[in-house]
Amino acid sequence: MGNKLISYSSITKKVVMALAGLFLISFLVVHLGINLLLLSNDDGASFMVAVGFMTTNPLVKIMEIFLMGGFAIHMVIGVFIQIQNWLARPVRYKVAGYSHLSFFSKYMIHTGAIIFIFLCIHFTNFYFVKLGLVNPPTGVGKEDFYQMATLLFADRFYAVLYVVLMIFLGFHLHHAFQSAFQTLGLSHTKYTPFIKVVGTIYSIVVPLGFASIPLFFIFIK
Amino acid sequence: MDFTLKIWRQKNAKAKGKFVTYKINGISDSSSFLEMLDVFNDQQVTKGEDPVVFDHDCREGICGTCSLYINGRPHGPDDAVTTCQLHMRKFKDGDTIVIEPWRSKAFPVIRDLMVDRQAFDKIIQAGGFISVNTGGIPDANAILIPKQNADSSMDAAACIGCGACVAACKNASAMLFVAAKVSHFALLPQGKAEATRRVQAMVAKMDELGFGNCTNTGACEAECPKEISIENIARMNREFLGAKIGSQKKVVKEGGF
Amino acid sequence: MTKLNSKIPQGPVATKWSSYKDHIALVNPSNKRKLDIIVVGTGLAGASAAASLGALGFKVKAFCYQDSPRRAHSIAAQGGINASKNYQNDGDSVYRLFYDTIKGGDYRAREGNVYRLAEVSGSIIDQSVALGVPFAREYGGLLDNRSFGGAQVSRTFYARGQTGQQLLLGAYSAMSRQVSLGNVESYTRHEMLDVVIIDGRARGIIARNLVTGEIERHSAHAVVLATGGYGNVFFLSTNAMGSNATAIWKAYKKGAFFGNPCFTQIHPTCIPVHGDFQSKLTLMSESLRNDGRIWVPKRKEDVDALRHNKMKPKDIAEENRDYYLERRYPAFGNLVPRDVASRAAKERCDAGFGVGETGLAVYLDFADSIKRLGCNVIEERYGNLFQMYQKIVDENPYENPMMIYPAVHYTMGGLWVDYDLMSTVKGLFVAGEANFSDHGANRLGASALMQGLADGYFVLPYTIQNYLADQINVPRFKTDLPEFDESEKQVQARLQKLFDVKGTKPVDHFHRQLGKIMWEYVGMARNKAGLQKAITLIREVRAEFWKDVKITGEFNEVNPELEKAGRVADFIELGELMAIDALNREESCGGHFREEYQTPEGEALRNDDDFMYVAAWEYIGDDKTPVLNKEPLEYEAIEVKQRNYK
Repeated sequence: MGNKLISYSSITKKVVMALAGLFLISFLVVHLGINLLLLSNDDGASFMVAVGFMTTNPLVKIMEIFLMGGFAIHMVIGVFIQIQNWLARPVRYKVAGYSHLSFFSKYMIHTGAIIFIFLCIHFTNFYFVKLGLVNPPTGVGKEDFYQMATLLFADRFYAVLYVVLMIFLGFHLHHAFQSAFQTLGLSHTKYTPFIKVVGTIYSIVVPLGFASIPLFFIFIK
Repeated sequence: MDFTLKIWRQKNAKAKGKFVTYKINGISDSSSFLEMLDVFNDQQVTKGEDPVVFDHDCREGICGTCSLYINGRPHGPDDAVTTCQLHMRKFKDGDTIVIEPWRSKAFPVIRDLMVDRQAFDKIIQAGGFISVNTGGIPDANAILIPKQNADSSMDAAACIGCGACVAACKNASAMLFVAAKVSHFALLPQGKAEATRRVQAMVAKMDELGFGNCTNTGACEAECPKEISIENIARMNREFLGAKIGSQKKVVKEGGF
Repeated sequence: MTKLNSKIPQGPVATKWSSYKDHIALVNPSNKRKLDIIVVGTGLAGASAAASLGALGFKVKAFCYQDSPRRAHSIAAQGGINASKNYQNDGDSVYRLFYDTIKGGDYRAREGNVYRLAEVSGSIIDQSVALGVPFAREYGGLLDNRSFGGAQVSRTFYARGQTGQQLLLGAYSAMSRQVSLGNVESYTRHEMLDVVIIDGRARGIIARNLVTGEIERHSAHAVVLATGGYGNVFFLSTNAMGSNATAIWKAYKKGAFFGNPCFTQIHPTCIPVHGDFQSKLTLMSESLRNDGRIWVPKRKEDVDALRHNKMKPKDIAEENRDYYLERRYPAFGNLVPRDVASRAAKERCDAGFGVGETGLAVYLDFADSIKRLGCNVIEERYGNLFQMYQKIVDENPYENPMMIYPAVHYTMGGLWVDYDLMSTVKGLFVAGEANFSDHGANRLGASALMQGLADGYFVLPYTIQNYLADQINVPRFKTDLPEFDESEKQVQARLQKLFDVKGTKPVDHFHRQLGKIMWEYVGMARNKAGLQKAITLIREVRAEFWKDVKITGEFNEVNPELEKAGRVADFIELGELMAIDALNREESCGGHFREEYQTPEGEALRNDDDFMYVAAWEYIGDDKTPVLNKEPLEYEAIEVKQRNYK
């Protein structure tokens, strides 16, 4: 794998990573849309309808494979080029550079790693349960995501952790969004500022949307 | 003005280096950073100690020879200048100044603050040119070039090849340098004929030489003494993708897709 | 009888070059591969020569002391490059460029060479555009021109204030292509320390690898020196810190005559000196004189008020300003040639009207142009220069006039060469600023780039081929020949000698001393007593240097002090030769101004009867006065006149 990756050009790797990233970004919107149904005051009925659709529709099934592939590619390439980047400077500076324009861009591997850890927890809590790899909490059906979510958010610690992780997700997305366009060569004096604004809005609104759910469960419900 | 200097000293490429602290007094605020080092070196020689070796030549900010990573910034704490144009008035009396060489695998230290930047020459040799021989050229006005394109091309061509972009980048990536050259030619009709070959060859060489990958942090642009924009990097990405997707046969052996 | 044969082709000046090209001997492609050429220096002349010779198929080795060929000091040329394209329809022609250059050089340049220069000037622009040089353009997409000193037409092509950089990058990229094709080998961080001569022909060089300290031998069938000028003799100049005369000086000692060493150009628009620690002078492009007006106060009381910061320059009323160039030279105004502008500035400052802390500065004022054209037009034209000025001086030139003063910039003198650009040593060619050829006693602005590229792209490829045509059966030279042994031994001995002095003072100390003497006595204005004094003083510095110089470090490592020491030792000797030449030339012409020879209005007064010749100095041994050889200058196409810019 490593050798194969090396033989691809740095730009190709980055473009693939950017495309995967943009795919994940668009997926997040869908995911958020479904999650927000948790807020509707119908004891999860509409949420479960959406979940039902997502778990049975064959097209979604296919997309699921792409999604997992997207995650895998994004992470593998991300880690790979990070290692290359560390190797590109074997002796570090004594005084760390402070000239970076974009603060979050410095910590993409770190925020990425945090998101990855969250993803593992998230999968254990939901996706793997559905696949039957992990047993659901006692008394809950293996596709009853509404109950699972309600139980998890009832745990204050988990809820807070979730909110904090969403903040990191926002950091990651803030740089990721506009960076992906730059990598794809989509830079233009007229439109790039617009892309940056959209990226900033996206990186605030989407994590905020996700975070609103545990907050809702803690404070309102 | 008085300063404490913490300078990286390294006898040669193989030796282990270390920081050595020195004091220097009575520096004029209108002296340039390199003139301060001249005074320092004169004192070193008079004391019979080895002067600190650093690269410098034109001292007017155009040859790209001078380097130095000063207090965490390539070319020091001023914007859009090279170290030779940095003046001591940018520092406060009594400051401690940490001076390091460019750090990159592709720029090995030769001695003290002097690094080997031949990697840049190699990238140019890989394709940073237009393949015409001397003579037999049509009139210079035979091909019209829109002023805007000529200006943008000049913006990119202003690169002095100093390597500050590599030094500033947390990944030691040379993308800005390569992109500036690719853009310079891509924006001119004369450069179009071999554009697809050029961008692939130069990127492949850049990768081969051990520079890091671009993660679009923008540090290169912020530190470039000639203020070259990362728009050029986007342009290069575009050129590269176009070349890879559009070209019918593999132009470069190394580098793959 | 003179030993000099300039080998100017017969016939009218306009057809000399074409008839030369029609009749030279050529080398066929398969033989070119067997012939090696060494090119020392990778500025405009060196890089373009290496690229062009490589493209022809010769095997070229290119040397530079910089860490990359792209950093040669041609890169610092700002303003532009002349060419007689007549794109502006303002009456330019090959003849007019030729005429302006000869006249600008005060009738001390060779007609044949200069005509050829003017003739190929257009091709340089074509070539550079094809190589991707992004010259300034008009909205219609055609090339733009600006005007420059010493000409009444707009024939200067430019790329912002970075023309030299762009032209050099063009030549460097062409050379890099030849490197990738295997025709050129690039040796960076190498300094040439001697020419090796075998059977009367230059066949190689001895060079020091500046990284390892190793002394290397390189052989070739011909050697080209394109190592630039020697303005650093003055310590403070607009040259790069590393610019040096060592290569041409070693060649001089091996039998190449030195032409007109005293012809130095003092550039009128530099940022004034501001302190003892200063290491170099920064040039502000002459193009600034297009839109800037040069003045000093008319009244002494204003001068005092300015010096004591009681007054700002803009407070001085229009009628109290002396626009001395416009006053003295109404026809050319602020665009008089450099030597004239420099001397006029010195004249005003010597008379006590200089401004700035030291009184050694004049104003270059853009207020009128900003009013007329708007700030943004001025910014577009000169933005980077204004920015550079502000960084150095810490004052905003959009609001206050710039302060400028003349500084050493270019040396018209150099190794004597014939029409083939070959020195008096067979097979040793000299190109660009390193030779003496095309600028006479004064170079016009934007002509150095033209000459460097003309030599490299369009002259040497023909003349070297002509020289090598009968050498095709000479096999490659081995570097273990006794001539190489001898040369290397001399080089080693000299370096050792420098180390062995073990004195107390750093190299720069002596260089500064030399510079002060040169600026004082061999600078903008010279006289007999001063020059004689200079010779004595330089000899003292030389003796002192060899008694008291201190070099740290070791031989086999990166050692900038050792490099500097070698260069300064040569500068000291060259400085003496400059003074000797200036003393010999009892006339004023171009950049060489002897106070004894001037018109009542203070203009340079030539003596064509006695001095219309090139002074080519021949080395006959250390501590022996060099022998003067004269190459008479004959003017057939141009009528020789007193220069008049009024």
